[in-house]
Amino acid sequence: MTATSGSFGRPMAPKPSLRRKSSRGSILADRAATVVLWGTGVLVLLILGSIILHFALAAWGVVSPSFILSDPSETTLGGILPVLWNSIYMLVLTMLIAVPVGVLGGIYMSEYASENAVTSAIRFAEEAISSVPSIVVGLFGLILFVDDAHWGFTALAGALALTFFNLPLMTRLSEQALRAVPQEERSASLALGATKWQTIRHVVVPLAIPGLITGVILTAGRVFGEAAVLLFTSGIGTPPHYNFTNFDLLNPASPWSPFRPATTLSVYIYKLNSEGLGAFKNQIVDGSAAVLISMVLLFNLGARGIGRILTRRLTAS
Amino acid sequence: MAQMTTANRLTGLRARPGLLERIDVPRRVVFLAAVSMIAIVALLMAFIAWQGIQLFVKDGVSVGEIFSPTWNPLANAGPEFGLLPFIAATVCVTAVALLISTPLSVGLALFLSEVAPNWAKAVVQPSLEIFVGIPSVVWGWLGITVLVPFLADTFSGPIVISLPIAGPVFSMPGFLTGFSWMAGSLVLSIMVLPTITSVSYDAFRAVPQELRTGSLALGTTRWQMIRHLLLPSALSGVLTAVVLGMTRAAGEALAVQMVIGNSPTMPAAITQPLTTLTSQITLDMGNTVFGEPWQDALWTMSLVLLIISITSVVLVRLINKRRLAS
Repeated sequence: MTATSGSFGRPMAPKPSLRRKSSRGSILADRAATVVLWGTGVLVLLILGSIILHFALAAWGVVSPSFILSDPSETTLGGILPVLWNSIYMLVLTMLIAVPVGVLGGIYMSEYASENAVTSAIRFAEEAISSVPSIVVGLFGLILFVDDAHWGFTALAGALALTFFNLPLMTRLSEQALRAVPQEERSASLALGATKWQTIRHVVVPLAIPGLITGVILTAGRVFGEAAVLLFTSGIGTPPHYNFTNFDLLNPASPWSPFRPATTLSVYIYKLNSEGLGAFKNQIVDGSAAVLISMVLLFNLGARGIGRILTRRLTAS
Repeated sequence: MAQMTTANRLTGLRARPGLLERIDVPRRVVFLAAVSMIAIVALLMAFIAWQGIQLFVKDGVSVGEIFSPTWNPLANAGPEFGLLPFIAATVCVTAVALLISTPLSVGLALFLSEVAPNWAKAVVQPSLEIFVGIPSVVWGWLGITVLVPFLADTFSGPIVISLPIAGPVFSMPGFLTGFSWMAGSLVLSIMVLPTITSVSYDAFRAVPQELRTGSLALGTTRWQMIRHLLLPSALSGVLTAVVLGMTRAAGEALAVQMVIGNSPTMPAAITQPLTTLTSQITLDMGNTVFGEPWQDALWTMSLVLLIISITSVVLVRLINKRRLAS
C-alpha cells in the first residue's frame, strides 16, 4: 500500500509495490475490502426490505377493497378511488402521446441518424431534459398550458408536461432496443430487395418488441409515481365524486375528460402531508404509499416478465 | 454509425427510386419525432429564462440584490429578494448527500462488478431498480414518519465534542424538531444511490477484463487491483456518476420539501432547518399571484435551477470528452 500517488497506467508495467508477492498486510486489506463491499450489498437489501416491511405493517388494516373503491373523506378513513383513477388515467393519456413519439424518435436515432450536428443537438437536448429538475418541467407546463393557453389545471396539461419529462427516457430506451437487433437481420432484408422502411417496419421493429415493451413499462413506472411535474399542471385540489357513466369527453365533470383537473395518487400524498389535518391523515397516507409502491413493484416485475416471455416467444419461432 | 456493410453497398446499386421514395415520408416523420426534443428544450429554456428575468426587468430588482442573505418578499417597506439562503442550502444539502452517498454507491458498484457472485447480483440489481421506482413523495413520507422523529428523539440535546484537557472543541445545537439539513441530505443520499451506483457500475464494467487478469496474474490482491487499476481507469465514469447524482439531488423537490423544515436562513449547523431552491418554489408557487414580484422571484429561482442543470450536462460532456481523448 505504499507509493500510491499517480494513476496506474499500463498493465504490463506495474509499480514496484505491486510486483512484490502479496504481503500479509495486503492480504488483510483485501479481506477487509471484501467484507466492506459485501456490506454495501447487504445494506441496500436491508434498507429495501425494511421499507417494504414498514409499509406492509403501516398499511395493515388500512388498505382494503373499500379503501381503494371509495371517495376521500376528511372525517372518516375514506378512500382513494378518484386519485387512483386519475393516476391510471394520466398514465394512459401520457403514454398515448409519449410512446409513439418516443419510439419514432428512437427509430430515427437508431436507423437513420448519422454523426452530424443535428444528431448531436438531439443528444444534447435528450441529456438536457433528463437533467432539468421535474419541478422546472412542471413550471414550464404551468406557464405554457395553464397560463398562456388558458387551459387552467387540466389532465391534458399534466400529460403533456409528463411527456416532455419522459420523452428522452422513452427515446433512449427505444433506441437501445432497436440497436440491439443484429445488423445481419437488416442486411438480409435489404438484400432481398426490401426498402429501408419496409426493413424497419417488418424486420427491425418486430425483433425489438421485447425491448420496446420493457422501455414502455419502465417509463410507465416513472410516470405513475411522478408528482412534482403535476403539482402545477394537473392540479392539487380534492377531486369531486366521479360519475363514471358520464362519457362526454368535452364535459369537465366527466372523469373520462382530459379537460378537467386531475389530482393523482402521488400528488394526493403530497397534498395530505402539507395541508391534511384530519385524524386519519397518517393512515390514509400510509395506505396510499403502500398502494403506490405495490403498483411500482408490479410495473417492475411486469417489465421483466413480459420482456422475458416475448423474447422467448419471438426468438424461438 | 456509417458502417459500409454489404447490404448498404447493395442498396446503392439498386435502380433510382421513384418520387415517393425520394421524398421518404417515414424518414421525415421519425426525424420530426426526434427533433421534437430540441424544440421542447429550446421552448423550455426560452420560457423559464423570460419568466426568470422579470424580477430584474419588470420589478426593478438589481442582479446584485438576489445575492443578499435576506429573503423577505412581503415587507411593506421594500421587500427583499435575497436568494442566497436557497442557493447556499441547495449546495450544502446536495454536498452532504453526496458525501454520504458516493462512498456507499461506488462501494456497491464495485461489489456488483467485482465481488458479487451471480446469485447476489440477481438479488441486488432488481432491488436497485425498485429503489429507482419508489416515488419521491414516498421517500419524503418515510423521512417524516421514520427519519425525522428518530433524529429528534436521539439527538435532541446540543451535540458537543469534548477533549479531556482542551474541553469542548465542537458544539452544535441539537435537532429541535428533526426537520433539518441532515434529514434532507439523508433522504437525498438514498434517492441518488441508484443513479451513482448504476453509472459507476457501467464505468467499472467498461474496463477491459485483460487488465484485471493481468494485474491478478502479477500477484496483486483483488483490492490492490481495484485500488490501483480499476478506480484510476474508471475515474471519469465515476465522476460522471457523481455529477449525475448531484444534478438529481439539487433538482429533487418534494421529498426534500417534506423533511427540510422550510426555513429561509443561511446554513450554519447540520441540525438546523433550511429551505432549498426547489422546496421554496414548491411551497410558494401556489400561494402567489402571477406577475407579482414574489412569484417573479420564484421564477428566477427556477432559472437558477435550470442553469445548474445545463451546467452539469456540459460538465458531464467535458469529463467524457477528456476520457475519449486520453
